[in-house]
Amino acid sequence: MRELWRQAWTIARKDLTLEFRSRTAIVSALVFTALVLTVFNFGRDPTAVSTLDLAPSILWVTFTFAAMLALNRAFQLELENQALEGLLISPLDRRSLYWGKLLANLAFVVVVEAVGLPLFVLFFNVAVGHVLLPLLAVIALATVGFVAVGTLFSAMVVRTRFAELLLPVVLFPFLLLPLTYAVQATARLLAGRPLSEVAGWLRLLAAYDIVFVAVASWLFPYTVEE
Amino acid sequence: MVALDDVSFSLTAGQTLAIFGPNGAGKTTLLKVLAGLIRPQAGSARVAGGRSAIGWIGHQSHLYGHLSVRENLLFWASLYGVPRAARGARATDVLARLSLTDRAEQPAWSLSRGLVQRAAIAKALIHDPQVLLLDEPFTGLDLAAAGELRSLLGALRGAGRVVVLATHNVDEGAELATDVAFQVRGRFVQYEPRGGRGPAEIADAYRRAVGETGGGRHA
Amino acid sequence: MTIAQKGRWLVIVGLVLLGGVYVRALAFTPVERFQGPAQKIFYVHVPSAVTTELAVILLGLAGVFYLFLKDPRLDRFAESSAEVGTVFAGIVLTTGPIWGKPIWGTWWTWDARLTSTLFLFFLLMGYQVLRGAITDDGLRARYSAVLGSCAVVLVGFIHLSVYLFPTLHPQPIVLKPSKPSLPPEMLVTLLLSFGVFLLLFTGFVMQRYAIATRRAEAFHG
Repeated sequence: MRELWRQAWTIARKDLTLEFRSRTAIVSALVFTALVLTVFNFGRDPTAVSTLDLAPSILWVTFTFAAMLALNRAFQLELENQALEGLLISPLDRRSLYWGKLLANLAFVVVVEAVGLPLFVLFFNVAVGHVLLPLLAVIALATVGFVAVGTLFSAMVVRTRFAELLLPVVLFPFLLLPLTYAVQATARLLAGRPLSEVAGWLRLLAAYDIVFVAVASWLFPYTVEE
Repeated sequence: MVALDDVSFSLTAGQTLAIFGPNGAGKTTLLKVLAGLIRPQAGSARVAGGRSAIGWIGHQSHLYGHLSVRENLLFWASLYGVPRAARGARATDVLARLSLTDRAEQPAWSLSRGLVQRAAIAKALIHDPQVLLLDEPFTGLDLAAAGELRSLLGALRGAGRVVVLATHNVDEGAELATDVAFQVRGRFVQYEPRGGRGPAEIADAYRRAVGETGGGRHA
Repeated sequence: MTIAQKGRWLVIVGLVLLGGVYVRALAFTPVERFQGPAQKIFYVHVPSAVTTELAVILLGLAGVFYLFLKDPRLDRFAESSAEVGTVFAGIVLTTGPIWGKPIWGTWWTWDARLTSTLFLFFLLMGYQVLRGAITDDGLRARYSAVLGSCAVVLVGFIHLSVYLFPTLHPQPIVLKPSKPSLPPEMLVTLLLSFGVFLLLFTGFVMQRYAIATRRAEAFHG
């Protein structure tokens, strides 16, 4: 068990080191996030619709797109470096490979969200201070949900021809569900509803995460070998 | 289309098997089955010690471009279970054996093809494997480097390691081998100890064997 | 009789019975008080939705079994179930608006059944797009199995979510903890319709499976 974690951590650290050095993916993702937020800003009539109505949707659409950008990076990296074969020949446990990639993807998306959230607050003038902690919990839980399934699927699509197009198509319904929960929870938080109303959505998100991380982790070895 | 057909053998410590065959004969497939990458539809392959005991050199370098040579070695050492305390020393040692010490801190993307191959060999050796699987390992190596690789393989044999070497070039592996196999269209058309034969004799035997069975897709 | 022939018979019988069910629905089943004759589409809409979900669950289970057993027949079955399921999903998504417009005044509503069927439709689309992108049989079967397994789990979550989203749509009136709240004649018509749709589903899947088998044989000889 400890060995699994150690291996996963080795993979994650390697991924993050590589990303930190080449920086291409993270910069693209950050720029993209800023772009999407700007488009939303210009795409609305500030006099017509209350920001608070749209805010949750805007936030989550932005985060979803950013997450999708991040996901292909994980296995694309191995393909580009001609290293996937080496990973499979080594005694690396396949589940550790999944966990390592999951951790690296999470770190990546969290960085993007950490920049995206303040930008969002800035552009849309939404008060989040009083609900920051629960909001962060929602963001964290939903992110784990997207990334858990996305990491699994990215391992599959990386070997097909239109990986960047295929991943969103295949991942779509698996994004929609946690997205729905997250938007519901965020909307209630931003509207100042009592925490008890939000708790149910948080529980759903947590359940989704636990179930799908387990399922993805169990299925992952089948994506890399028979 | 059958990639491997009725191949059966076993090797013990100190043996070096050289598999010669034309392109498409199934040499790479055989090595991948040995490495556990491909599960055969029939039969099985077992390597004592499992994955940790195998060192692999193949067509892909398994090196990460933005990591230095040393960092690559440390990464793979970690995955292969080399204890943390020993990793640094082992890396230094292996880099020295392959004359890569002065390149150790360079990123892998900056290396020439021959150096990449040497680094790949270093990576294969970092965890001191009992079994080495080599698929066309001399590709990209200049004369000097090829000679060094040959002496390295000889040393490994002396140290009781098992080496399986696959190549389409008979001259490259003949004198290293204790056993020789010719593979054509998935089958071992011959498998025998090298005896005292030199490279020229082996090459003759190979040409005869391959000629008789019609060769592969192209020689 | 080959599978394809049996399948064809099932479909023919099913279609005839469907006609029978509709005669019953139109002539012998009471008109619903609030919704009027438009409500009759319920007898096609609801069974189609259930069949779609059945199709997804079956392809998912076939996937799970494939991962253990590696039998290509399971994969061919999953492929067939997916295609047939897509047809039924299409029926739900078209009958829904046709029912909805006269009743609620709008073509589309984000209610539980339509939304979950839309989810199923996306799942089926994604599944088939993935299959289309892979040429190697073994890889395609394996990846489809992985996706199918995830899809089955997602269906569970969709159900869970439906109960937590009380909306415009008629709440479940048959499959719920207390007794079904439909008048008996409607219930019977509905159940008959379920049965017929199941027959049709089976017949279509059998035919499609036969095609898949023939295709595999032609390819591999």
